[in-house]
Amino acid sequence: MRILKAALFGVLLLILITGTSAFAIKFPTKPVTYMVCFNPGGESDITARIQERALEKHLGVDVVITYKIGAGGALCWSELVRSKPDGYTIAGDNLPHIILQPLMRKDAGYQTLDLKQIYIFESTPNVLVVHKDSQFKTLDDFIKYAKKHPGVVTVGGSGSNTANHLGTVLLEKAAGIKLTYIPFSGSGTAVPALLGKHVTALMTYSTMAVRYRDQFRPLAIASEKRMEVLPDVPTFKELGYDIVEGAYRGAAAPPGTPDEIIKILSNAFDRVMREPEVIQKMNENGFKIEYMGPEEATALVKKKMVEYKKLLEEMGLLKK
Amino acid sequence: MLHYIVEGLLNVLTVKNLLLVFAGTVSGMIVGAMPGLTAVMALALLVPFTYTMDPTSGLVTLGAVYMGCIYGGAFSAILINTPGTPSSIGTTFDGYPMAKKGQGEEAIITATLASVFGGIVGVLALIFLSPPLAEVALKFGPAEYFWIGVFGLTIVSSLVTGSFLKGITGAALGVLISTIGIAPIGGDVRFTFGLPSLQGGVELIVALIGLFCIPEVLNMVLKDVRPQEVVDYKKKKGVFMKVFKYVFSRPGNLIRSSIIGTVVGILPGAGGNIANLVAYNEAKRASKEPERFGTGIPDGIVATEAANNAVVGGGIIPLVTLGIPGAPPDAILYGVLMLQGLRPGAELFKERADITYTFMISLAVAAIVMMPVGIFGGRLLTRFVSKVPTRFLAPGIVMFTIIGSYAIRNNFMDVLLMLLFGVLGFGLRRLGYHPAPIVLGLILGPIMETGLVQAYLIGQKYTVPWKILFVNPLSWVIIVLCILSFLWPYYGKIKPLFQTNKR
Repeated sequence: MRILKAALFGVLLLILITGTSAFAIKFPTKPVTYMVCFNPGGESDITARIQERALEKHLGVDVVITYKIGAGGALCWSELVRSKPDGYTIAGDNLPHIILQPLMRKDAGYQTLDLKQIYIFESTPNVLVVHKDSQFKTLDDFIKYAKKHPGVVTVGGSGSNTANHLGTVLLEKAAGIKLTYIPFSGSGTAVPALLGKHVTALMTYSTMAVRYRDQFRPLAIASEKRMEVLPDVPTFKELGYDIVEGAYRGAAAPPGTPDEIIKILSNAFDRVMREPEVIQKMNENGFKIEYMGPEEATALVKKKMVEYKKLLEEMGLLKK
Repeated sequence: MLHYIVEGLLNVLTVKNLLLVFAGTVSGMIVGAMPGLTAVMALALLVPFTYTMDPTSGLVTLGAVYMGCIYGGAFSAILINTPGTPSSIGTTFDGYPMAKKGQGEEAIITATLASVFGGIVGVLALIFLSPPLAEVALKFGPAEYFWIGVFGLTIVSSLVTGSFLKGITGAALGVLISTIGIAPIGGDVRFTFGLPSLQGGVELIVALIGLFCIPEVLNMVLKDVRPQEVVDYKKKKGVFMKVFKYVFSRPGNLIRSSIIGTVVGILPGAGGNIANLVAYNEAKRASKEPERFGTGIPDGIVATEAANNAVVGGGIIPLVTLGIPGAPPDAILYGVLMLQGLRPGAELFKERADITYTFMISLAVAAIVMMPVGIFGGRLLTRFVSKVPTRFLAPGIVMFTIIGSYAIRNNFMDVLLMLLFGVLGFGLRRLGYHPAPIVLGLILGPIMETGLVQAYLIGQKYTVPWKILFVNPLSWVIIVLCILSFLWPYYGKIKPLFQTNKR
């Protein structure tokens, strides 16, 4: 009996060992393609370029950055969901874009939850900035003026239905003012409009506020806490307006990618974002580093989906 | 400042940097000559390689590739009537007819000299006039961009020899095509026929390759007539000196076109694609014999090629002073600057002056390197294209167009669209429509649309929002230019009437 038991145990053990080794995935063994969905020189591109070498180090294979630009990222993500779910094709993704597009268009080419979150590695909170020469010294000045002159104050930002756009709408609601939002194609073209004083202010990302600190005056930042690189800029919350809004950027894989592979990728990204050189470059450029693994990232996406849907309903922008 | 320039020059003249400039220029030229492969793409592919270099070498290499790329576009424009990059659209107007007449080599040498000159003018403006010129760029707001777009459309009348009506129809078609996809403002989805892959709109290069290249290949095959077969390539002596004398005996065109290129380069959003067409237009307008433009005269090539290489220097002006890319490839350079921790602005010209001046001077050196490479390579390429039989050349070109149009966004839809545009272009050309106005409409459509809608939104503060289009003095200047440009072709017809009246 004892022998039988021992034999049974042995067999079980054997199955267990061989079984796990049969399922253990050797990944990656060939170059990984990392698609960037926005213009070169933009936030997504700069993040990917900062990560590139460290990611190669931690994955042990080449990382090939390719650009797939168009339709505010939708072109890229609809390509991603149609790609082979083997982990060798990943793409940068961007909240709120991946949530807003399927909500607002009949066929964006993908569904938000089709994108399998690997990691969310950075965020750029909205910052309201005005020109250095502007008459507005504080957020209070700005809001007072806007109250007196409804619709006259123009606020530029990156595109329609983006974090900048939503941030402007949220400010209007919170302060009870009416602003005119002017969408530009990316932060890159919005900046010259403020430098040339064609708009009153910009609702832009923290990266731009850091980059143009000599030319712009930031009035308030839409983050929970003040940012280290912008220590003098108060948060909207401090000033009594409950606005926390901005863009999160991460990486996603096609639907159906095995969890083991997602784990390997997310571990690699986690290590990349803890490299001192990466941290230094991200901070220098005004990014807020985030450490959200697959579960946490997916939870954030789901939470934001509910929030944005409600907000869009209030704005009357939900697709019919 | 002078010692920075001397120091920069000495930095460029090291063996390592000279080799990088040389290699960069040559590879840029090769990429530029391939239809569909653009400067933006070449630079993006190159970025990872610059990580291992010090910041100076990285920027020098990228700058050289950029310079070479814009120039390389002239080769395919002249030899196979297909602009290698959108910056060489206008080069096809006179370059290809010249090649047809058996003057391919002359055309390439003309393009080389003009490119070198334009490239250097742009760099000189970059080194000496950056801060004041960058201020000019900021004066352009949405209203001004709208009027610039309108001004661009008035060029149509002189772009096409022959019918103004056909020109304007083509331009309207181009503007219409530019509205496909997601609206730049508002984000509405337009004319996608429910296909998600059309949401990104029609990429300029796709239309460019389709409209210019495919009809040419079809003609080549159908008629089996090839320019270089009509006139066999003969080794000519003294061509270089002849062309050199011709080009530099007319400095007005060279200088005017280079200035146009520099200024257009400074304007964010407008690059070589617009500059070369504007310069061609102005050269034709200033010429004593405008009717000869389009028949294969060097002056047309001088205008377009001087202008597009001047854009390189001009586009970097707002980049290094304000951190605003003046032309699309500059966005890549911007990314590299950010990664290297080089912040545009006064800092770049003072604390990091060694890097900045070395980079700027290396661009001028790259322009000079184009001369020997271009003249030698041009001769080889001309001979090669004329020797290869149609049955190899035609499929070869088609293969490159397919690779090129796929490479832009890695999107198979773009290949289909390119072929569709090819068939469309072939049909339209039979009906006497030139592809240039369609492409012009495609380039200007988004600029006008964005400018108009943004201006209208900003104009909400007036009781009549449209007023915003007429408020700034700068708008008035451009409006006057539009009216003059529109009426100019008719001036030639009216002039004789005045003269008879006088008598």
